[in-house]
Amino acid sequence: MATDKYYVPESSPWPLTASIGLCMTAVGGAHFIQQSTMADMAPSFSGKPLFFLGLAWLLVVLALWWRDTIKESVGGLHSNQLGGSYRQGMLWFIFSEVMFFAAFFGAMFYTRWLIIPWLSGEGSGAMTHELLWPNFQAMWPLTETPDGTTTTPMGAWGLPAINTAILLVSSVTLTIAHHALLEGKRGTLILFQAATVVLGVIFLGLQALEYVHAYDMGLTLDAGIYGSLFFLLTGFHGAHVTIGTIFLFITLIRVLKGHFSEDNCFAWEAGAWYWHFVDVVWLFLFVTVYWL
Amino acid sequence: MSTAAATHDDHHDHHHAPTGLKRWLFSTNHKDIGTLYLWFSFAMFLVGGFMAMVIRAELLEPGMQFVDPEFFNQMTTVHGLVMVFGAVMPATVGLANWMIPLMIGAPDMALPRMNNWSFWILPFAFGILIFAVLMSAFGAGNPSAPNFGWTFYAPLSTKYGPASTDLFILSVHMMGISSIMGAINVVVTVFNMRAPGMTLMKMPLFVWTWLITAFLLIAVIPVLAGAVTMMLTDRHFGTSFFDAAGGGDPVLFQHVFWFFGHPEVYIMILPSFGIVSAIIPAFARKPLFGYASMVYATASIALLSFVVWAHHMFTVGMPLAGTLFFMYMTMLISVPTGVKVFNWVATMWRGSLTFELPMKWAIAFVILFTCGGLSGLMLAITPVDFQYHDTYFVVAHFHYVLVTGAIFSIFAAAYYWLPKWSGVMPSKLLGELHFWNSLISANLLFFPMHFVGLAGMPRRYADYALQFADYNFWISIGGFWFGLSQVIFLIVAIRCAMKKGEPAPAKPWEGAEGLEWEVPSPAPFHTFDTPPVIK
Repeated sequence: MATDKYYVPESSPWPLTASIGLCMTAVGGAHFIQQSTMADMAPSFSGKPLFFLGLAWLLVVLALWWRDTIKESVGGLHSNQLGGSYRQGMLWFIFSEVMFFAAFFGAMFYTRWLIIPWLSGEGSGAMTHELLWPNFQAMWPLTETPDGTTTTPMGAWGLPAINTAILLVSSVTLTIAHHALLEGKRGTLILFQAATVVLGVIFLGLQALEYVHAYDMGLTLDAGIYGSLFFLLTGFHGAHVTIGTIFLFITLIRVLKGHFSEDNCFAWEAGAWYWHFVDVVWLFLFVTVYWL
Repeated sequence: MSTAAATHDDHHDHHHAPTGLKRWLFSTNHKDIGTLYLWFSFAMFLVGGFMAMVIRAELLEPGMQFVDPEFFNQMTTVHGLVMVFGAVMPATVGLANWMIPLMIGAPDMALPRMNNWSFWILPFAFGILIFAVLMSAFGAGNPSAPNFGWTFYAPLSTKYGPASTDLFILSVHMMGISSIMGAINVVVTVFNMRAPGMTLMKMPLFVWTWLITAFLLIAVIPVLAGAVTMMLTDRHFGTSFFDAAGGGDPVLFQHVFWFFGHPEVYIMILPSFGIVSAIIPAFARKPLFGYASMVYATASIALLSFVVWAHHMFTVGMPLAGTLFFMYMTMLISVPTGVKVFNWVATMWRGSLTFELPMKWAIAFVILFTCGGLSGLMLAITPVDFQYHDTYFVVAHFHYVLVTGAIFSIFAAAYYWLPKWSGVMPSKLLGELHFWNSLISANLLFFPMHFVGLAGMPRRYADYALQFADYNFWISIGGFWFGLSQVIFLIVAIRCAMKKGEPAPAKPWEGAEGLEWEVPSPAPFHTFDTPPVIK
């Protein structure tokens, strides 16, 4: 541990201003959602402008905050110890993201293994089945809900399989870029990181195409529990791929500006870890949501 | 050790304590942020306490007196939310901020700016929640504040939730962001910022318990975020997570919620175990009995807390194998908890005991927390839980562990470390008044709840059957008495903040151990610029 001198940053206005942005986003968002989904909501004020203002505010503040951090890093103020703090912090953050997805995966397995059989009369569900929905049959994907809504499942071997291949390849290109960074091969690094970003964008485009296709064939968010789980799991994954792509794009710009060296590349590695995390989540998604 | 004060000037002359409003608003200093957390949590304690006073006023007599049942439901709901997320959790985070860097010889928390962000999210998140209550009490048309209980079960909070539920959902998301960042900061500080020689098994137990608490927070707060997200999409985007007609299940909500909710109760109590494990050895003038077993017991409790959640749901209906599993796992938790209680008692055994204020609170904690633990053991037994479920017996149980448990230990911590924070000794007279009034009134308030609960009085109702009238009268008297007693602490704290009182030496408690007592009182703005030597 390099402990001869610790670095404690100067006081900073960004935490407080970011909180204000978050608050505007939350208050605006709650009203915006209500006003756009409930016809009878009498608006005391319109949530939409506040929501977007808050979001923009938050993004600007975070950008300024990270600019400060980047300046400190480039200015050589970061010690190995601070680098360790950042690294550990990022790993625990990814762990918290894993647990967020775990909530939705848990909901899916609870639905598949317990709710659906019970609704079809297994175990203690016999009377519920008999009295409420005697025609309901257990199946997965659930193409007909107890109240009779029907939907079509999304097959695994079309776009989803292509997307799986894209993410797997992107993991390989990113790893090649990582090795190039550590070995100081700038050309390879830029080439393969740019390739990873492009693959991320292609993934997102195909995912959007898949959603359009899903809505065309009747797989919608409100088509029962299968649609709910399908769109929340893949939707949150897509949101994370978007964040990861932006992350990699920004570190690519920083590579072009010459910010990283093999012993000062925390932000680059954090982006890479994040990317591998969204890859792994996708593999679970592909196997459990699309395939089995 | 004078390194901290001595090296301060020459090492950090560019980095003096900022002054005025900027010092508090833009802080990157763990002590200032800790102070903010502690004042915020005490303010929330008073706000949540005021709501409890409304509840107890309505229940003073049978029949409807002051508020209508709809508003009563909002009071029980927001009282619970404010106390759990606004009072207890931020108080322990405040203690962590103040004490962990001092205890492990670090100059500050590992990520000081993120630390400040964790704090500043909270006033906004609770501002949103309290705004909903004020609108309900005084606003045009009185739109309802959240009214579904602090556990916000679906479908009460989805299909039947008031419009303010969406504000509630987003404020919970904000509290979650704050908690996760705060917890990441603690874990990283403990793993990465310890002074050389401060090995893990030399760390004070408060640091250990907070490390494990932080792990629990990072693991379960995202699950809570998942739960409220599913609520939001069920309410507005037509999903069917908690709707059986679409193939979901309202019971799924309870599973997701309690997967968060049970570790959450340990999040609130584990730091208390750490506090008491610091105070009892100091006033027994003996090292803590069974230090290593305390560490392992804390870790066991934390791991077991992930596999007991459905004991909150015995009456909901579950396969027999599930019921038995959750019952036995719950009972198993009493083993490591028992290890702790016996260790505290063994620490006091044949010690040179003195009963200064922190010790009084700590001993009250050990006895009354054990009382709450035993009623928890009763609740864990599935067949009898069918009788206790949703009665005042449950209310008695969790107020024993949370008020006479968590909050008593937080007061113990405040009296123990106030000299270090403020540089003056808290008033003995006021402290004694605060302690004895709180102790007697809390038991008057919560103990009879066991009896009315066993006799069948359900929780969360604005009215009750006549046979419960006498007990409820005394419960309410105890409630008002306990509420007023806390004003004494407000005076104690303000006096310390204004430096009124006897000046405190660096180590005001003769038997106290730890690095925090080796820096002057009040602790200087920056401590341990260079790492201290650990013997």
